[in-house]
Amino acid sequence: MTDLAKSGGGMDYRRHFARLKRLAGTVLSVATTFLGLLLVTFLIGRVVPIDPVLAAVGDRAPADIYERVREEMGLNLPLWHQFAIYLGKVLQGDFGQSVLTARPVLDDIRRVFPATLELASVATVIGVLLGVPAGVMAAVHEGKWIDHLVRFIGLIGYSVPIFWLGLVGLLVFYAQLGWVAGPGRIDFIYDGYFDPITGLMLVDTLLQGEIEIFWNALAHIALPACLLAYFSLAYIARMTRSLMLEQLQQEYIVTARVKGLPERSVIWRHALGNVSVPLVTVIALSYASLLEGSVLTETIFAWPGIGLYITNSLLNADMNAVLGGTIVIGAVFIGVNMLSDLLYTVLDPRAN
Amino acid sequence: MTTRQWLLSASPASQMQARLGRAYVGWQSFRQNRLAVIGLAIILLLVLVAALADILAPYDPLASDLTQRLRAPGDGFLLGSDGLGRDILSRIIHGSRYTLMIVALVAITAAPVGLIVGTAAGFLGGWVDTVLMRITDIFLAFPKLILALAFVSALGPGIENAILAIALTSWPPYARVARAETLTVRGADYMAAARLQGISRTRQVLGHIAPMCIPSLIVRVTLDMAGIILTAAGLGFLGLGAQPPLPEWGAMIANGRQFLLDQWWVATMPGIAIFIVSLGFNLFGDGLRDVLDPKRGQ
Repeated sequence: MTDLAKSGGGMDYRRHFARLKRLAGTVLSVATTFLGLLLVTFLIGRVVPIDPVLAAVGDRAPADIYERVREEMGLNLPLWHQFAIYLGKVLQGDFGQSVLTARPVLDDIRRVFPATLELASVATVIGVLLGVPAGVMAAVHEGKWIDHLVRFIGLIGYSVPIFWLGLVGLLVFYAQLGWVAGPGRIDFIYDGYFDPITGLMLVDTLLQGEIEIFWNALAHIALPACLLAYFSLAYIARMTRSLMLEQLQQEYIVTARVKGLPERSVIWRHALGNVSVPLVTVIALSYASLLEGSVLTETIFAWPGIGLYITNSLLNADMNAVLGGTIVIGAVFIGVNMLSDLLYTVLDPRAN
Repeated sequence: MTTRQWLLSASPASQMQARLGRAYVGWQSFRQNRLAVIGLAIILLLVLVAALADILAPYDPLASDLTQRLRAPGDGFLLGSDGLGRDILSRIIHGSRYTLMIVALVAITAAPVGLIVGTAAGFLGGWVDTVLMRITDIFLAFPKLILALAFVSALGPGIENAILAIALTSWPPYARVARAETLTVRGADYMAAARLQGISRTRQVLGHIAPMCIPSLIVRVTLDMAGIILTAAGLGFLGLGAQPPLPEWGAMIANGRQFLLDQWWVATMPGIAIFIVSLGFNLFGDGLRDVLDPKRGQ
């Protein structure tokens, strides 16, 4: 009896140790990935054909001034030393100044990020609400018309340029039908009528009881959010379908049916319940990939988020801003990946 | 003996007969998939149009004529004319060359790099594997378009740099595929036989492992083609890819954006071209996967 208890305690200890080790492994791999990301952005910053010294002193400066500025900028140091300095700065949140806005890049990003977050969140909610049921129905009626329809929607989604679909959407739903509002987050006249609390306009206007502005913001976000949601829907539905197909072949489904459970409960509770954990990962990844989709979408809809910030900076050769934005999006990507990994271990009892 | 019997012979007399026979069987099963055949037809059409662009295009794609600007489709121009009076159809026809060039150059640069990295990692194992896969993971951690944007912004806009940037962001999945394939064949008996014959490690990798990776790599590259086309078009749309006056499809959409509300055809026509070609590659890739890689088709 005591032996059993002891060995049980040992198992417990070992299990904790294993979990700790896995956690350490995750943290280490995230850290090296992040370091790699910074190395890539550093090297990209180094290969820019514009000479930063020349840009600062002008091309008529005498050689000694050129040399002095070069030293002040730290460009005479060995490359690894420059990288170490860069690393220290980035880790403190110093991405340098934006040439375009003459403000620190991090401040700019903090200002524009909520817009992107709002857009991606609304899109993901739509994508999940439509994509999961669509995927489930496609799996249940495999080979029937609904399955073909879901496949067809997905195929179009993988083949159509997002920026083109956005332009066509503007043409049809804004210019022709007038169902939605045009580019931007809100009509000009409402600017400054409410305080940015969270930076999410839909939330801010509701918090302050500005229902009219809320509807205006909703009319503005509808089209770009539906556009992004289409791509997230296509992905979520396809993954849900294949996860569900796998579950529906399991024996416990047969058992549930034999027991006489209604088909609705077999499908939506038993089968869907068992795919919910991998589904969380799928949704998280699609959420992160909407950040990427936002670059082109925001450009089309003049949506003042991080995507538009990056493209505007690109067109003005504002490297600090471009690389800062790249780092932030890359970091969010890595973070979401890590979170969905962790969620998997927490939610799925078998992962222990 | 008919050709068909010769192809399906159970005891082929030569290596070539065996290969042709396998290709024939593959084609037979590919043909069953009607959508995949449509995809193949679209790709062949793209190649044909690109090759015969000079003959097919009714007008010079670069010659502007301001008296003919913004003509509606059908009004002397089948698909209308753009803001400089250039025929949109002719520009789309010539633009097919850029699309084909981008796809081909990315495929022949990124796929071999992925193949080499993946087989090296899988075959050598140990710390080489760890380091190479770590690097691969880092590149995979980036969203593709953002990384391509950052590269192009450093290298400067232009179609060559756009291709380079896309290639730089495309190889990691290929390395993953090649490594997985290498790991499964590394321990096979025929590899042991090859080792016992004393052939060099380079020849083991290039002659015995790499060929086994190629079918799944081809499938993966084909399925990626649509994504590559869309990324290139996106870069072109943002003004970072092909520069005006080149008739690249993404850049043409950007050019038509200012006329969107009144002259819709300028921006929409090139988009339809991009859509059809991407669809073709997606359909073809799906069919190819079912033939070459039946395991993953499920």
